[in-house]
Amino acid sequence: MTILSTQELSRHFDGLQAVRNVSLGIPAGQVRALIGPNGAGKTTLVGMISGRIPPSSGRVHFDGADITALPAHVRIRRGMAYTFQITSVFERLPAQENVTLAARRHLKAPEVDSATLEALERVGLLELRDQEAGDLAYGHQRLLEIAMGLVQRPRLLILDEPTQGLTDSEIAGFKKLVRELAGKTTILLIEHNMNVVMEVADQVTVLNFGEVLAEGTPDDIRADRAVQAAYLGTG
Amino acid sequence: MSARAKIIALHGGLLVLLFVLQFILPAYHHGNLARIMVLASYAVGYNILFGYTGLLSLGHALFFAAGMYGMGLGIQHLGLTVAPAMLAGVIAGAVVSGALALLALRTAGVAFMIVTLMFAQAGYLTVLYFGEYTRGDEGFVIQQAQRMLWGIDLSDPTNRYFAALMLFALCLIVSLWLVRHPFGKTLIAIRENEERVRMLGYNIYTHKLIAMVVSGTISATAGAAYGLLFGYAGASFASVQYSIFPLLWVLLGGAGTVLGPFIGTLFMFYLIDLSSGITTAYMLIAGVVLVLLTLFAPQGLAGELRNRIWRWLP
Ligand SMILES: Nc1ncnc2c1ncn2[C@@H]1O[C@H](COP(=O)(O)OP(=O)(O)O)[C@@H](O)[C@H]1O
Ligand SMILES: [Mg+2]
Repeated sequence: MTILSTQELSRHFDGLQAVRNVSLGIPAGQVRALIGPNGAGKTTLVGMISGRIPPSSGRVHFDGADITALPAHVRIRRGMAYTFQITSVFERLPAQENVTLAARRHLKAPEVDSATLEALERVGLLELRDQEAGDLAYGHQRLLEIAMGLVQRPRLLILDEPTQGLTDSEIAGFKKLVRELAGKTTILLIEHNMNVVMEVADQVTVLNFGEVLAEGTPDDIRADRAVQAAYLGTG
Repeated sequence: MSARAKIIALHGGLLVLLFVLQFILPAYHHGNLARIMVLASYAVGYNILFGYTGLLSLGHALFFAAGMYGMGLGIQHLGLTVAPAMLAGVIAGAVVSGALALLALRTAGVAFMIVTLMFAQAGYLTVLYFGEYTRGDEGFVIQQAQRMLWGIDLSDPTNRYFAALMLFALCLIVSLWLVRHPFGKTLIAIRENEERVRMLGYNIYTHKLIAMVVSGTISATAGAAYGLLFGYAGASFASVQYSIFPLLWVLLGGAGTVLGPFIGTLFMFYLIDLSSGITTAYMLIAGVVLVLLTLFAPQGLAGELRNRIWRWLP
């Protein structure tokens, strides 16, 4: 069953065509990686999916319904979670309160505390839960973003370059986390680290100049000459 | 002691102190403190929108005046007794703040400030326009006989002090409860990072709308009480000055702290009171002190207290 699809989704900023006619279909439970050079339109595309950015044209379907006209907070309520590429945590609030705010909108009151601690534990921030988010190291703020997404128990988790700024061991932890979620949670993962993509993605979509350049399994993509030329730079 | 116990001890302690002070203070300060408690209640209302939600309104005099005139006109022209008149003031505040919220929340930032300022100015002009009923700038006195609540004479200083204390205690407790409640915590989060809150699935608009109605209604309750306890309603309370006052009090005392509004109101009241006793250029002294405070305590008095020693201060 397809949980998320886009039809001919486009967005231009004045003269600049950031995303052009992108049609995707993601089956429930899949880990879909979205890759492409900087400025390819990845963040804009997930912005349109999550409702942050209104599309110039095209449609978005989620869970069988056309959500193109729905405001972002309603889409999130329906089971999407969005983590920001540019870390966007509540800097002056403790790490735990950051996650609690995310949990409270989606879980019943008695579950909130335990779910919050569990999410912090899963990303390895349990010990740091009382620190103000702004005082955390950059990598820890990235992990906090992930915890805020996780705790919502979303059906679709959108992660925009989550591993940027993480250490190797944190990246290993992240890969493990994604593998645990795989199958239950649909994940749309924007990722620059090809290592991570190859290991965790079921399917990869390559975006270039706002258009879909290729789509396939990680192995297909690795072998694709057009992708190599455009993106991997090894063509 | 747990944070919760400390919070209860501190805020409860202030209320007990205010209760005890009425037996000790000389008449002059006794009267001042009653006034300060009512004005601080106004500041508490303002703080909910400005300090906790992060929306800077320049139009709260509209709500203060809505309460004052809802109460005052009810007594003066409809012959209401005190309790229904107070209720009329509170309802007027809720309606006016709800209406202004629907209009002003379409804007943000500077536009929000301007829209609230303009509507408050329109409210001020409305008070003047209907001078036949409001008596405009001159205002009208609410007679002692009209200020009897269940046989209690609210013009009597002791009763007045006690009524002011009840009002202030109510506002303080509501504000404390609100900011520790999940709804209030979401407001704080909106102040900190609105886009993030939206992307967690919260409806920002309804949260701000409710915050503005709560803030406006508390402000109106203070306005109604002020008119009732001090026996006068006049257009000056609807003027822009009364929109700026709560902003100053809250900034001085500490925006986004429960005690800040009281501390700021107390401080500013006595700053002007004392400096005007020394020189006729008292606004100059007040101005210098304000500048010094913004330089050395930019978070306000209670805000600095929280930053430096009491991290748990709500
Ligand atoms: N708000 C905006 N206004 C103008 N141009 C934008 C805006 N957001 C993105 N762009 C442009 O759209 C293109 C795609 O950006 P983005 O989606 O962030 O790419 P990616 O995430 O793949 O690096 C870039 O050229 C970027 O400069
Ligand atoms: Mg991007």
